[in-house]
Amino acid sequence: MLDFLKPPVAAFQDFYILVGRALVNVFRSPHYSDDIMIQMDIIGVGSLPIVVLTGFFSGVVITMQMSRALNQYGAVGQVGQIVAITLVRELGPVLTALLVAGRNASGIASELGSMKVTEQIDAMRALGTDPIQKLVTPRMIATAVMLPMLTIIADFVGIFGGYIIAYFTLALPSSQYWTTAYQALEYNDVVQGLLKPFVFAFVVSLVGCFFGLRTAGGTQGVGRATTQAVVVASVWVFVLTSLLTRIFVNLQ
Amino acid sequence: MSAPSTVMSAPSKPGAENLLRFENVSLHFDDIVALQDVSFELHPGETRVVLGAAGSGKTTLLKTAIGLLKPNSGRVFLFGSDITDMRENRLFDLRSQAGVLFQEGGLFDSLTVAENVAYPLVNRRNRTIPMEEVDAKVVEALRFVELEHTLEQYPSELSGGMRRRVGIARAVVSEPPMVLYDSPTAGLDPITANTIMALVAKERDSQNTANLIVTQRYQDGQLMANFRYNRSSGHLEPVSKNGVGDHDGSNPTRTIFMVMKDGRLVFEGAQAELEASQDPYISKFVPKHS
Repeated sequence: MLDFLKPPVAAFQDFYILVGRALVNVFRSPHYSDDIMIQMDIIGVGSLPIVVLTGFFSGVVITMQMSRALNQYGAVGQVGQIVAITLVRELGPVLTALLVAGRNASGIASELGSMKVTEQIDAMRALGTDPIQKLVTPRMIATAVMLPMLTIIADFVGIFGGYIIAYFTLALPSSQYWTTAYQALEYNDVVQGLLKPFVFAFVVSLVGCFFGLRTAGGTQGVGRATTQAVVVASVWVFVLTSLLTRIFVNLQ
Repeated sequence: MSAPSTVMSAPSKPGAENLLRFENVSLHFDDIVALQDVSFELHPGETRVVLGAAGSGKTTLLKTAIGLLKPNSGRVFLFGSDITDMRENRLFDLRSQAGVLFQEGGLFDSLTVAENVAYPLVNRRNRTIPMEEVDAKVVEALRFVELEHTLEQYPSELSGGMRRRVGIARAVVSEPPMVLYDSPTAGLDPITANTIMALVAKERDSQNTANLIVTQRYQDGQLMANFRYNRSSGHLEPVSKNGVGDHDGSNPTRTIFMVMKDGRLVFEGAQAELEASQDPYISKFVPKHS
């Protein structure tokens, strides 16, 4: 009667097995440091332009929207505070993770999926290499290192974008904007803003790898795996940010 | 629990009794039977040609042989070690001692030809070969398949036949005692297919490797059974019937044919027996004029 539950439960179980093996491999040799560096370049450096652009325009629109609301209370001078808190706590980590999910979870899923359907994964196993150690763990480590860094850059560029609007269209003094932005941030915000991308990194990379490695059904399967990876990774980013925000709000 | 230590020693010496053994192996995917009660042995220096229609379980047989698939029942022994329930982690070392050519070559797209061929040497878990030696071996393996000029090219730049040849170079670069070929000639024109099989025979006769060749083409097996690579002339030559072989000298290349149907092994024997078979399914693989 509950047969319809079998596939999702089995998939969930497979995912946790993959997570377990990928994590264990971090401490087990051989370590493929070259692959880690290549992935850091693809995921980190490759995502930089889009992350900078998105971060900048997020800061710009937050400032424009918030200044209108704050104007009603005569508190436009506090716009730096709102931009900083919104970006560092929430929008910076989530937007960056979504961009990396769209760009890299899809890339990982399609690359690994293509390897799966062309028997390259089997060839790797036949040649005595653990595909999880060679393919999954380097991508996981690279994303875990690069996503927090990208988030920091997105946060900073976003606050800078807000500053451009505050200075040129709202005529706020530079010192006022930067002081309110800086003073608004507490230790808790920074920890939250850095922990989130770290957690998202595991989800984004491992979901991409998971769907890539379970690809079946030729090139059509690769397309399906790619779409699923992006959708599932994005949904998990939202679910986890809600959970983590809840935890951090309680901690305050 | 003393067995694992002997298992890990993985005797890959040519003198081992058998390199591969299937004991009543059955494997099914949900309701589909892929292998049903399959038993055979592959001895050093022996060539086994597995014929069968598409979906008869040939590729499954090959993947089961190196533990890529686990049987539902029966036992599989690779280099004398029981791999039926062996953990994946321990299988990696054992597998790397066998050479495998996948259906489409199974080359890594993101690596150059040289990196692909070097892969089994460089990525082996307990690598002992220095890098300078790796380069020399890669060039030698590529020269063997006459593709030493493609070192820096990527697999996507090569033709189907060339990819297959690089696949052979990668399979044999570590000089394995046994090479498994999954449909080495599938999708190739007859001339290229013949070139590929000539390389397979050349590898067998120059290194004295055992081969398990899965194919749909009877001609592939015919070439393996009737031709031998002559090292001094550098050409394939028809074998004389009184060469080294079975006790009566009837099978000098020690080539055994196996035919699979719906996961079952329906024939096992020498070429003459295969050609004499009256079974309608088996005789379909043998061209009438031969």
